[in-house]
Amino acid sequence: MGINWSEFFVTGDPLILASQIAIVLTSVGAVAALTYFKKWKWLWKDWLTTVDHKKIGILYILVGILMFFRGGVDGLMMRAQTSVPENTFLDAQHYNEVFTTHGVVMILFVAMPLLIGVMNFVVPLQIGARDVAFPQLNALSFWLTFSGAMLFNISFVIGGSPDAGWTSYFPLAGKEFSPGIGNNFYAVALQIAGAGTLMSGINFVVTILKMRIKGMTMLKMPMFTWTSFITSIIIVASFPIFTVALALMTFDRIFGTHFFTISGGGMDMLWANLFWLWGHPEVYIVVLPAFGILSEVISTFARKTLYGYKSMVISITLIAVLSMLVWVHHFFTMGNSSAANSFFSITTMMIAIPTGVKVFNWLFTMRKGRIKFTTAMLWALAFVPNFVIGGVTGVMLAMAAADYQYHNTLFLVAHFHYVLIPGVVFPLFAAFYYWWPKMFGYILNEKIGKWHFWLFTIGFNLTFMPMFFLGLDGAVRRAYTYSEETGFGPLMLTSAIGAIILAAGFAVLVYNIYWSARYADRNISNDPWDARTLEWATASPVQHYNFAVLPEVKSLDAFWHMKKNNEIKTLNEDEIEEIHMPSNTWIPFYMGNVFLVAGFFLVFEWTIAAAIASIGIFAGLIFRSFDYDEGFHVHKDEIIKTESSWRNVGKGVKNHVS
Amino acid sequence: MKASKLSLVLTTLLGAVLLSGCENNMVVFQPQGPAARSILDLINFSLVMMFAIIIIVFALFGFIVWKYREKKENLDYEPPEEHGNTVLEIIWTLIPIIIVVALTIPTVKTIYALDKIPKGYEEKEPLVVNVTSADWKWIFSYPEQGIETVNYVNIPEDRPIDFRLTSASTMQSFWIPSLGGQKYSMANAETQLYLVADNPGSYMGRNTNFNGKGYAEMEFEVQSQTQKDFDKWVKEVKATAPKLSEKEYEKMLEPSHLGRKTFSNTHLDWVDHSKGQSQNYIKPELYKREHGYPGKIFKEEKLETDHNQHGTDHSQHGNMNEETNDSHGGEHNGH
Repeated sequence: MGINWSEFFVTGDPLILASQIAIVLTSVGAVAALTYFKKWKWLWKDWLTTVDHKKIGILYILVGILMFFRGGVDGLMMRAQTSVPENTFLDAQHYNEVFTTHGVVMILFVAMPLLIGVMNFVVPLQIGARDVAFPQLNALSFWLTFSGAMLFNISFVIGGSPDAGWTSYFPLAGKEFSPGIGNNFYAVALQIAGAGTLMSGINFVVTILKMRIKGMTMLKMPMFTWTSFITSIIIVASFPIFTVALALMTFDRIFGTHFFTISGGGMDMLWANLFWLWGHPEVYIVVLPAFGILSEVISTFARKTLYGYKSMVISITLIAVLSMLVWVHHFFTMGNSSAANSFFSITTMMIAIPTGVKVFNWLFTMRKGRIKFTTAMLWALAFVPNFVIGGVTGVMLAMAAADYQYHNTLFLVAHFHYVLIPGVVFPLFAAFYYWWPKMFGYILNEKIGKWHFWLFTIGFNLTFMPMFFLGLDGAVRRAYTYSEETGFGPLMLTSAIGAIILAAGFAVLVYNIYWSARYADRNISNDPWDARTLEWATASPVQHYNFAVLPEVKSLDAFWHMKKNNEIKTLNEDEIEEIHMPSNTWIPFYMGNVFLVAGFFLVFEWTIAAAIASIGIFAGLIFRSFDYDEGFHVHKDEIIKTESSWRNVGKGVKNHVS
Repeated sequence: MKASKLSLVLTTLLGAVLLSGCENNMVVFQPQGPAARSILDLINFSLVMMFAIIIIVFALFGFIVWKYREKKENLDYEPPEEHGNTVLEIIWTLIPIIIVVALTIPTVKTIYALDKIPKGYEEKEPLVVNVTSADWKWIFSYPEQGIETVNYVNIPEDRPIDFRLTSASTMQSFWIPSLGGQKYSMANAETQLYLVADNPGSYMGRNTNFNGKGYAEMEFEVQSQTQKDFDKWVKEVKATAPKLSEKEYEKMLEPSHLGRKTFSNTHLDWVDHSKGQSQNYIKPELYKREHGYPGKIFKEEKLETDHNQHGTDHSQHGNMNEETNDSHGGEHNGH
């Protein structure tokens, strides 16, 4: 094979050397700690082989938070480099790698796992199911996402990072201009993770269609379940496009085909079209479930049912349809005909209509309510003004003629950060504070949470607000440096300071998780927020079979009405029946590892080794076909014991909010 | 409560400070030609609409959050069951529709207008300038004058310039913010942009589409002159500037930063990159980075001669790979 070991590891940069050492030390430390505390068996039985949707959800969230740290450090390095004119902290090549990985990591390995994690945890509970439709497939989805994330992550220490931007436009990303293997990491790692996401999409479509509890018609589903449903449909519709595009990219880069190259009759614009045919719906894949989270949080803490529920459902459906019809707005400047640009301008602006309807519905949900300012609610409230700024600048960018002046500038960068941070990250933080007691049985500290909130929101505005003005002054995105004469210096420095405050906010969140895990009060009720949907009807943390007896739903906000009408029955032991649950399995974890190894070989273009490794994939598939494990039954005694232990706590401490 | 109000105040304050601080000298707000001016009119119109939306939504948000906050006095207040209001929902669907329609009309008009020679200049004959972008330089050819410049372009004032964009390498975006919007330049394709400069002056132009290591510095200068000065300059170039050879041209296309250059002929004599299947001078081996694992570089097979019609007589020999490096010069001289 002729492996060139001297070029295998990335060398010659102190930052990367430090990371390499840190990775080795952390790995050694983790192995040592697991051995010392005799936790290997716990790790294997409780986490690596689990098919429980709640644990898989938590694993997704864990990966998302870890990758958030990685993507955040990339972001900080970018702000540090551009904080002053002609800075030499990073060179051009290093900067290009950093902004590429920042974009890919934040979208595909932070936003996606965090949202799919929350969906995994919450959706089956909200619809009164015991798990998703295909629990083993769900585990496979997670392990593929994890493998993709890890493969992508190691690129900067082994082999070299991708450096053609998160959009990886051809011909730049092809072998003609990027002969190193760096961009193979993009093609292969995203393919593996994307396959996992596609399976998740299928899984949730089926789960939501087929596994709803008795009485829960489509129009009685909680809004978060609705948005998860629509998101899953968009995933199923758009991810196959990305799969194909990445496959063609892989052929071009590893086997020398000419789909997107300059020579040999390739068509570079085809990549841009395919990429954004997936990429734009992808924005709605991450934003819609976040809208669902907001609906739940705002409704709970305003103590009112969601205003205009039906128009909300129509809105998200319309957004889903329109999301597939706007992709050209990412390249109005490609020299399309005036008619094409006009068409895509109009479809893009039309998205503002259902989005506006949603914002007004949220505002009117709060009207006549009694708004409680918990940390979760603060995140939901901060969404409104910040997202409106992102939204109106989006409309400005949608006006194609004006876009000729905004395109590829920092104005655009400011816009999409104003959409994605208030539109995805804020709601995710709201989700953490809101559902944390359901996941772990304790509330994240509210006081520390408020520090987290203020540092993060102020830091965010300080980082990205200046970019609107820099963009209008001609500052372009992705440039590693600028000269003194441009006059960008002061605003760039402001932005860098903002980034430090933003990072401090994230650090406070991590501290809050640590503090609350150690010191938070465990004596809380299963419904600390006086909430409205079914997940609050069961224990916190949720027992592995979710519900001892499945409730029946008569209305929207089912749990709220049960409480109001005193319909919450005490546990009747005669009603309890044995519960059928799926067994743990090692296959998904094994498959993830095989994909990781095969993918790694493919990245290094060792095609024979990759082919041999992928035999392992087929071995796993065959093994699974002959797997007749029918799951197991939870015995009545165990159910009675579990149920009485949480139901007899009494009222407990209902509310920790001061 | 303090929460939301404070964030509101902060956002507005920040916006106000930044607006007053920079609006006057931001390049997009300082148009120097009719194209940039018509875009600015559109931007200003949209800004007014957007500020109106922001003010209304922020005010409504502030009012609702303040009025319905939880207080000690209202702890026993139980909000009413309220599922929506069809009339209200129709109203806030209609208002955005009206706003979108109001924005669409001038947008579409401007889109169509920008594809033509700017209004008022239709009488004047446009000056054709072929722009070829390469890693990481801009090459400007004046086919009528038979001259070529690198990294700067001189244009006569008050005369429409017909920029014809193509690329010899990656995809770039050609942007002179003072004069108008941007457009991509792509290999095997030609895009077109009409710009006019009102007055003599010097304007910054650059690439905005990321294209590798040299991207940040990929700028050029636009020098707008009176017709008289422009003619004088052309004459001078024809008389004094050296001639460009294909060999030099090939060297020029290698990934590098160049200063300004001027030639008294154009590369269009032997290659036009906008033609499909035209000769390309790409040398992947020159794009290797200092670190990272090297991947395979693919040899190009020669194309079948059926495609011959598209290119010049040079179109067959040049598909690059590392093996042909040595013989390259010889091959070229053979013509």
